Amino acid sequence: MDLSIIASATINGLLLGGVYTLVASGLTLIYGVLHIINFAHGSMLMLAMFGVFYLLTKLGIDPYLSIFIMVPAMFAFGYLLYKGLIGRFAGGKDENILLITLGLAILIENLALMFFKGDTRTISVPYSDTMISLGTTLVPLPKLISFGAALGLCALLGLLITRTDTGKAIRAVAKERVGARLVGIDVDRVFAISYGIGLATLGAAACLLMPIFYVSPTTGHVFIMVAFTVVVLGGMGSFLGAVVGGLIVGLTESFGGLFLGESLGQIGIPVIFILILLFRPQGLFGAKQ
Amino acid sequence: MNALSRGQSWLLHGGLLLVALVFPLVFPSSFMVNFGVLALFYAFIGQSWNIAGGFAGQLSFGHVVFFGAGAYASTILQMQYGLNAWWGLPASAVAGAVVGWVIGVLSFRAGLKGSYFALITLAFAETMRILANSVEITGGGMGMLIPAKPSVDNLQFAERIGFYYLILALTVASIAIAVWLKHSRFGAQLAAIRENEDSARALGINIFAEKVKVMMLSGAMAGLGGCFFAQYFLYIDPSIVFGVDKSVEMLLVSMIGGAGTVYGPLVGAVLLAGIGDVTRTLFDAQGLSLVLYGTLLVVIIAFLPNGLIDLFKRLWFWRNPTTAAAKVKATKAGVESKEGA
Repeated sequence: MDLSIIASATINGLLLGGVYTLVASGLTLIYGVLHIINFAHGSMLMLAMFGVFYLLTKLGIDPYLSIFIMVPAMFAFGYLLYKGLIGRFAGGKDENILLITLGLAILIENLALMFFKGDTRTISVPYSDTMISLGTTLVPLPKLISFGAALGLCALLGLLITRTDTGKAIRAVAKERVGARLVGIDVDRVFAISYGIGLATLGAAACLLMPIFYVSPTTGHVFIMVAFTVVVLGGMGSFLGAVVGGLIVGLTESFGGLFLGESLGQIGIPVIFILILLFRPQGLFGAKQ
Repeated sequence: MNALSRGQSWLLHGGLLLVALVFPLVFPSSFMVNFGVLALFYAFIGQSWNIAGGFAGQLSFGHVVFFGAGAYASTILQMQYGLNAWWGLPASAVAGAVVGWVIGVLSFRAGLKGSYFALITLAFAETMRILANSVEITGGGMGMLIPAKPSVDNLQFAERIGFYYLILALTVASIAIAVWLKHSRFGAQLAAIRENEDSARALGINIFAEKVKVMMLSGAMAGLGGCFFAQYFLYIDPSIVFGVDKSVEMLLVSMIGGAGTVYGPLVGAVLLAGIGDVTRTLFDAQGLSLVLYGTLLVVIIAFLPNGLIDLFKRLWFWRNPTTAAAKVKATKAGVESKEGA
């Protein structure tokens, strides 16, 4: 096979993987701190993408500028959702919280269907068609921006977790809930903040995705399997894992499409998910349980 | 049926069966018979989910994998190999059981449980959807159309009422299985596994074998549901029979009616079909019925973890304080088995 085709598949896979990483980093944070699996992650991303869509079409705000609106908005949404609903059940059986988030996903998806109808929406911005050449491959500018911004935001999230007092509190709660409470950390508040940050990453991801992707009420389905695969591949709760996992999953999708065709090419992601859960459930970077 | 005497219990089963038998005779309109068929169909596939998810505690988010395997096995045998459609029934049960065996052996060997088991079933369903979409024998993304040749020999009834009695028979059998699980050794072992695997193992239960068995049983039932679906609608495609929606519906009817109870899926299914029809007729709002259902799921898990059927039970106790007192006493003595209905 032609080397330039391989190169272009690699570049496309990596670019895709950057955004997957951002989507998955919120999921892995929520799991790492709260030990709950947020099944509503995909539908919340969809909700945020509709937010970006309407900010552009109704108010004319550029999707990349929307980050400054969507990130705080999604944070507030997550914080309140945790305080009002999820927090009350988070201590129980993990299946119950999974079912609650499934109920939320069904609710959000079908509310979206009621209000936005089932149509697929895309946006166009002045720079949509600008191409940049990377070696022999032409890459649309928004994809490149999304990739760079996604990795930048992941780094920022990493700094937030490792360098700030809030981050320290989050890490303390993730490691040792009782101990954290004993040294005076408001554990419930940290949980709500973590859930809020988890959704805030979706707000950012939505802004980066909207110029290169479409949104419809079922868009969440596309990302839910991908996000879970990234997270289990990298190791539940590991940020480094989310970055490496995201890039591997992006490459898998890109090369799957290249070698197996458009339809069968999608099989790589669920197969990776199954193999990891069966043979290496701690993932690449997760701690052994 | 701890709360009811043996006589009352038979009265309940018999009364419900009688109502179900005469329902299409009293309401012969095609709208009502179709409602009955769909309600029973959801009750049947919901019971299949309930056997694994409710009775054995093996929550699955991708139960459609068995359903789709049955739908494709029966339709492929009929369309590509020219077998009589009736053979589709045993074939779909076998296909569902085989898939249940494969998924059970792989997942339980790896020690997956709880949320991880739920997610891996979803991934298996996704894998099957993509495979069915990509190979030739399934007709790929175009799906498979079964030509309509109404005749009992073909498993295609000229009148909907034929389908009604077929799905009623399947549903009655599934309820009989659930009743049997309540009273049998196998069912008791599953309940022990659901409550606490470590203690169940300490009691000498072969957890792995019992869990694989229940996945095969549940898979066979879902497979039969797939065969019925294909013959009723005469069309299947990968995103319908391996899609997330069916998995969610099976889980919903069972969870909302009452997981791990005999009549939970039936209660949930009548409600799902009812809400679906009412919202479609009264409001032109796509998605409204599932909005209600998603809300119900959250509310049920929050306040009524044993499902709507628990409400009926509470009403029953409220009206029969003596049985209620007996039940409380039994609970205190620690001999109460988890479910009453």
